[in-house]
Amino acid sequence: MDQLLVAVATTRDRAAFRELFDYFAPRIKSFLMRQGLDAQAAEDVVQEAMVRVWQKAHQYDPAKARASTWMFTIARNLRVDFLRKSKRPEPNVDDPALVPDTQPGGFALTAQAQDAARLQAALADLPNEQRVVLELSFFEEKPHPEIAEHLGIPLGTVKSRIRLALKRVRSELGEDE
Amino acid sequence: MTITHHPSEELLLDYAGGGLSESWSLAIATHLALCPACRREVAGLEAVGGGLVDVLEPAACSDGMFDAVLARLTDDDAASVTVASPPSVPPAAAPILPEPLRGYIGADLDGMAWQRLGLGAYQYLIETDDGATARLLRIPAGRPVPEHTHQGQELTLVLRGAFSDATGHYGAGDFQEADEHLAHKPHAAPGEDCICLAITDAPLRFKSLAARVVQPFLGI
Repeated sequence: MDQLLVAVATTRDRAAFRELFDYFAPRIKSFLMRQGLDAQAAEDVVQEAMVRVWQKAHQYDPAKARASTWMFTIARNLRVDFLRKSKRPEPNVDDPALVPDTQPGGFALTAQAQDAARLQAALADLPNEQRVVLELSFFEEKPHPEIAEHLGIPLGTVKSRIRLALKRVRSELGEDE
Repeated sequence: MTITHHPSEELLLDYAGGGLSESWSLAIATHLALCPACRREVAGLEAVGGGLVDVLEPAACSDGMFDAVLARLTDDDAASVTVASPPSVPPAAAPILPEPLRGYIGADLDGMAWQRLGLGAYQYLIETDDGATARLLRIPAGRPVPEHTHQGQELTLVLRGAFSDATGHYGAGDFQEADEHLAHKPHAAPGEDCICLAITDAPLRFKSLAARVVQPFLGI
C-alpha cells in the first residue's frame, strides 16, 4: 500500500490509485458508518477522502508512516472539519518556533508500527474490552467520559483499559518502557 | 527547553483520534510544537489508528463510485500537482509563540494587545468554537495567582517564565492538567513574567473572599 501511494504521488499512477481505492474505500466507509453516517452519506465522504488522497499524495512520507496511518489521519480530519464543522489545530513543521526533533526515529512505536503484520497481531491479541475502548476513541470520537457512559462503566475503568491496551500494543511491538 | 510535565496519554489519544474540540486541541498542538517526544507519541497513536483501519470490516461500495472519483480527479489533476502550499514568510527573529497558537493570535508576544486584569496580571482571550475559554495569561514575575479550585477541567501550557504550585515546578513547554479535585495556588517564578496558555471549561473558583469579589471584574 505504501508503494502504491508513492506511485500515485510521483507518477500519478491511476492503476495504483485504483488498488488503493479498492483497499481503503470500503474501510473508510466502514469507519464513517461507525460514526452514525448512513451508507449514502458515508460514500459521499469516502469520495471526498479519495480525492484528497490524489491531491495530497505528495505529502506522504513512507519513512514516517504507513499508508493506513496516513489514510486514518485523512479520514479523521475530514470527520472533524467536514462532519463536525470544527477545527483541529496542528503544529506546523515549517514553523521556525517549532522545537526540532534531535532524536529521529527515537520512538520505537513509530518505527515498529510500520511493521503492519506485528501491529495487526498486537491489536488482534488485545482482550475484547480493551479493544472496544480503543476503537471508540479512534472511530467514534467519543471523549472518555462519554465512552464510560456508553459502556456503563466508571471513567477510571475506561482510562485504565486504555492504558493497558496501549501498554500491551507497545510491548508486543517490542518497545522498551 | 527541558520539558518535564507532559499531557496525559488519554489526552494525547483523544487528540490523535480527533475527539478533542478546538480549544483543547489548540493546547495540545501548541505543546506538540515545543515537545518532539510528544509528537512521536502522537505519531505512534496515529499508527495504532492506522492499524485499526486495516482490521475494520470493509463495507461494500457502490459500483459507480470509483468512476465518480475518477471524474473529479481529471479536474483537480493539473492544479494539484502544481499548487504547493504558500511559502511561509520567515520573521526576522524566531518567534516566541509557536504555531498553531501564533496564528490564532495573529501576532507574536511583542505585538499583542493585552487586556489588564489588575494586580499586574494580563490576559488575551482567544476565539474558539467549542464553548471553552482559551486565553493567554501573563502573571508578573514572583507574584501569586490567588488560590483557586476548578469547577471543570483546566489545561495550562507555559510559554515563557515559570510557575510553581503544590504539584511541582512548570517551565516553558510544561503542561498541567487540573480538574475539580485540585486546589492550587500557582506562583510565578521570579525573573520574568510567566506567560501561559490556559484552557478552561468553567470559571475558576477562587478560595478567598477578596478574590471572589473581584473575579467577576477580572472575567476569569
